[in-house]
Amino acid sequence: MTSNIIGILFDGLAYGSLLFLVGVGLSITMGLMNFINLAHGAFAMAGGYVSVYLGQKLGMSFLLTLPFAFLGSALLGLVAERLLFQRLYKATHLDQVLFTVGFVFSSIAAAHYFFGASQQMSAMPDFLQGQTRVAGVDLGKYRLLLIAVVAALTVALHLTLSKTRFGAQVRAAVDNQDAAAGLGINVGLIFSLCFALGTGLAGLGGALGIEVLGLDPGFPLKYMVYFLLVVVVGGAGTIRGPLIAAMILGIFDVAGKYYVPEAGAFIIYVLMIVLLLAFPSGLGGKRA
Amino acid sequence: MTIVSGLPHSSRPLASRSGSSRMNHRSVAVDRLASPRPRLFEAVVWLLPAVAYFVFPDNLALGVSIMTYAVAVLALDLVLGYAGIVSLGHAAFFGIGAYAAGLLAANGWREPLTGLLLAGAASLMIGFFASFLVVRGKDLTRLMVTLGIGLVVYELANRLSSITGGMDGLSGFEVSPIFGVFAFDLYGKTAWWYVYGVSLVVFIFLRFVVSSPFGLSLRAIREGVNRMPALGASVNSRLRIAFTISAGVAGIAGGLLAQTTQFVGIDSLSVPRAAEFLVMLVLGGTGRLYGALAGTAIFMIAHDYLADIDPVYWEFWMGLLLMAVVLFARGGIVGALFNLVPSLKARFGRAAQ
Amino acid sequence: MRTDTSILSPDANIALSTEGLTKVWGSFVANSDINFQLPVGARHAIIGPNGAGKTTFINMLTGVLPPSSGRVFLGGEDVTADAQERRVRKGIARTFQINNLFPGLTVLESVLLAILERKGMAQHWFRPLNAHAAEIEEALDLITDLGLEPQAGEEVKTLAYGKQRLVEIALALATRPRILLLDEPAAGIPAGESTEVFSVIARLPSDVSILFIEHDMELVRRFSQRITVLVGGKVLTEGAPDEIMSDPRVREVYLGEGGHD
Repeated sequence: MTSNIIGILFDGLAYGSLLFLVGVGLSITMGLMNFINLAHGAFAMAGGYVSVYLGQKLGMSFLLTLPFAFLGSALLGLVAERLLFQRLYKATHLDQVLFTVGFVFSSIAAAHYFFGASQQMSAMPDFLQGQTRVAGVDLGKYRLLLIAVVAALTVALHLTLSKTRFGAQVRAAVDNQDAAAGLGINVGLIFSLCFALGTGLAGLGGALGIEVLGLDPGFPLKYMVYFLLVVVVGGAGTIRGPLIAAMILGIFDVAGKYYVPEAGAFIIYVLMIVLLLAFPSGLGGKRA
Repeated sequence: MTIVSGLPHSSRPLASRSGSSRMNHRSVAVDRLASPRPRLFEAVVWLLPAVAYFVFPDNLALGVSIMTYAVAVLALDLVLGYAGIVSLGHAAFFGIGAYAAGLLAANGWREPLTGLLLAGAASLMIGFFASFLVVRGKDLTRLMVTLGIGLVVYELANRLSSITGGMDGLSGFEVSPIFGVFAFDLYGKTAWWYVYGVSLVVFIFLRFVVSSPFGLSLRAIREGVNRMPALGASVNSRLRIAFTISAGVAGIAGGLLAQTTQFVGIDSLSVPRAAEFLVMLVLGGTGRLYGALAGTAIFMIAHDYLADIDPVYWEFWMGLLLMAVVLFARGGIVGALFNLVPSLKARFGRAAQ
Repeated sequence: MRTDTSILSPDANIALSTEGLTKVWGSFVANSDINFQLPVGARHAIIGPNGAGKTTFINMLTGVLPPSSGRVFLGGEDVTADAQERRVRKGIARTFQINNLFPGLTVLESVLLAILERKGMAQHWFRPLNAHAAEIEEALDLITDLGLEPQAGEEVKTLAYGKQRLVEIALALATRPRILLLDEPAAGIPAGESTEVFSVIARLPSDVSILFIEHDMELVRRFSQRITVLVGGKVLTEGAPDEIMSDPRVREVYLGEGGHD
């Protein structure tokens, strides 16, 4: 019984780590430009496909494809931001929603065209398969790796934002764009870089998540709600809020599917509405 | 005449300058107020479907679905185009109406008009409860709540498959003749006139709503929600009413779908369906009712042609179209037309004088 | 415990008053223990340097901001717990320092809406707007009073800034307030036109109590009967215009700070 609970917590944490990895970039960009981006999942999907393509066509090992998944998505994000999204920063939220929904539709169709409709697999190396016994509990090796990677990235991201010059500029821009611009910070550039970083992390999450979330052309739509939830419940513009939100969502989703499988995604959606109404400005929301 | 603000008449800055230009300014302003009175072009617009009925007798089914969806998109226009609430969950109310009408017929209540009203009422009630959740948040939270409602309703329909038929959908029900006389035929002629009549009635109803003080207050909320409390208005109750009416109308659209196709698929309350409603509305233009009609017609006709070729291509072009409309044609198709007409009017008006 | 000891005998001549009104954000005290009385029919100005808490004070009077502590009375009634829209219905109206209008509505639509809201008719959906002849007439008369008639049919966003300021005032007047709070009504208007705005205000019925924030001392001197000086969230002093203008502390605040502008 207890090992059951620990197993669920563990799976939930691994799942939550992925949600956080994909969602954190969205949190930063939403906090920075107040830009509602429903297309964030498309960049996670792109990372997943980069990894699958390199693995299948070039025979690269899975772990080796991960940096490319990050870079590929970051590059796509940068291009999309410069060409398209930056035109919408001053637009209404309705326009942003519509535009990014359109982007999602087109990217789903594009993925379908290039990679087909089927579920993709990642070629997991042997040493990541199976389980390992930690303190008397069997834990999936791959999920351990996931949690470790995301923990390391979170620390790195936190240090980047709190210790570096770039991080200080980002924080200044999140706080007050006009004041930051007044201090001579190139807000446009900062945002492009943040967008690229965020989409890159999403791409990494998409590749790492093939094993857990799956990968097919419907991915951006299927998980859109989850990524948005991480941000909206966690509060845009922060790291800690989305982290907590992602873990709550991950654990509840896994527990719900384990204990009441007949309820399906129902639990998570109800939880979402309750959380949204209970914390209208997010768990870590600085903007009350 | 009452002295409104208590200022003595003699001190009015412009009152005595020119009596005729004064009346002119006043009547111009009054003419710009929304009115439910039909204009000539509207008669033409509403004759178009009837023309299509006779010119394209083989495409009646397409006509029926265009008009059905147009009712749902009109409902969305009320909350989005007028009140400014972006709803990603409106398919939920469409689907609730569809299931309600389908289940009524499947359980023996085959009279179509009362069935349709009951379908609308079911949706209206659920919309009423949902509206309390929707208006609580702001902006993104609100968007997510509408999305959440859509997802919850979808999951519910999926789980309650013993009632709804789950993934297989609800079928095998029949609807009695309208007024006990006009039976639904294989060619869809009866269905066509039925949906035409209902959509016209719904349109006229909504036209009254948006031309009323209530309609003006919705537009004011969209334009400047922060000012409303300073006028003594409680924004949330106004938005709740709009959302509830809209849910009811969407339910009627769903009821039409169920009655005319005698089938309700679970995709009728899916989020992609809700997104399609959004696309149709934005394509036609928000906040002017006719945008909803034009957008739906063009979307459905394009879908009919392009999706036959390849559904995946269709999705791609739809996405591209949506992005293009946002970037380049914010008023939608009807917005562009309305921008053209005043310039034409100005030219011809001057020539006539 | 009864908390209404201070209003056992509400003064019928006081339109609006506050008791210990305080607003604190974290460690920043925006308003500190403000006790204020606005008599019926007053023309009362609030002056003070930027950041003195003038707008915060107005926001607490109208219910836009909840106070950290203290109370607001309308007549003798404690309205501290009332939401903004309820206070409006009880007779407080305001204008905003930064235009807070309906950009896509015409001037007539905006004013008409305010009148319909006042009359409780704005949620009616069964009678078309243009059938409300009496309300339209009232709106057009008010618009004419403010010299906005030529723009009555134009969208507010197409109006020049000065005209938009007048729409601000028209919206407030349309609620037929007993108390009118004006937050820098002439802000951003060229000097010549600001007198025009104030002459409109000066012609309002004498039983309407007016409280206004204004930076232009000349306008304050001409249109106020009494002045409250707010500095650092506290009331520095209050008195008749001549007293205030000659008060050395006020001169110090204004000349000391104004010298840098």
